[in-house]
Amino acid sequence: MTPAEAATRIRDQFGVDAVDASGALSVPLRRDQWQDFAAFARRDLGCLYFNWLTAVDWKEQGLEVLCRIENLFTHLAVMMRTMLAAGDVHCPTLTGVYCGADWMERECYDLLGVVFDGHPDLRRILLSQDWEGHPLRKDYAVDTPHTPYR
Amino acid sequence: MEVKPPVPQIPAPVWGDFKDLQEWEKYHQERGTDDKTSNALAAIADAIHHMPGGWIVTTSTEKIFNWARKSSIWPVTFGLACCAIEMMATFASRFDVERFGMVPWASPRHSDLMIVSGTVTIKMAPMLKRIYDQMPDPKWVVSMGSCANSGGPFRHGYHVVKGVDRVVPVDVYVPGCPPTPDSLMYGLLKLQEQVAEFQKTGRRATTSSESR
Repeated sequence: MTPAEAATRIRDQFGVDAVDASGALSVPLRRDQWQDFAAFARRDLGCLYFNWLTAVDWKEQGLEVLCRIENLFTHLAVMMRTMLAAGDVHCPTLTGVYCGADWMERECYDLLGVVFDGHPDLRRILLSQDWEGHPLRKDYAVDTPHTPYR
Repeated sequence: MEVKPPVPQIPAPVWGDFKDLQEWEKYHQERGTDDKTSNALAAIADAIHHMPGGWIVTTSTEKIFNWARKSSIWPVTFGLACCAIEMMATFASRFDVERFGMVPWASPRHSDLMIVSGTVTIKMAPMLKRIYDQMPDPKWVVSMGSCANSGGPFRHGYHVVKGVDRVVPVDVYVPGCPPTPDSLMYGLLKLQEQVAEFQKTGRRATTSSESR
């Protein structure tokens, strides 16, 4: 399936315009389409490979969650993106569709504070459990005193 | 019979109990004074020292002990980051610190020296402190590289301890990013000089001018 065909199917199914951006189909989604789209991409587009998931802090515009999934056989890459409203940190989980999303979502929660609803085990993965704040947020002061060794 | 797992007896001072960072650091820079054997030996050495002519005995035995100490400093195998590569090179045959009596040893219980080679993250600091606590006295610490000295290029990161001397007391700082094996060897030789000045049992050496 070519990216153009995939874009057509995505438009038919979800009503969003997928643009080809630097080799990957960039698909801006609403938050309630997030899980449905992942299931659709896995089943119908053949995107079996979950590459990565992360988020971007756009300051007052809110957080944007990004996720790249790929069909390794047809070299189709899809970049799912959804903009969370300002001050909102909740996003549906993808662990029901991709098991590999588990740790990526934990990392995203750890560093950026996106709460993935429905995640089976949403704990911090890199920082210690008693860490306060989420350090990759733009409003995280780098010199925030953290006990006990700072 | 119920078998219980060993409970780690590591003092866990709570940050909230300390007034400020200086007090916390002071707590961690001081060595324990409740070692009964060392205190007894120190008392005996003091008694001999104050007998008429006794200072000859104490100073000469001290010299012998310090010679023995500095001639077999065993660093614990403890690599944290890229400095560890240079540390390994120092331990290996080309630079060969074994001629100074330094055997990289894979157990803190048998070691005298900890070379902190690399970035100490806040998550790693308690483990580092634990390994340090497991080493028997007398023990020394060499801080190797910019990261261990001060945080280095990661000083303004959110997760880096700004110098390992906030966690354990440091005897020799080796600058460099990473220090070459030559620099580390120079630091180790400086450490040997310092160990030669080591005071009576259980006491930590001060600068050479103070100790005389």
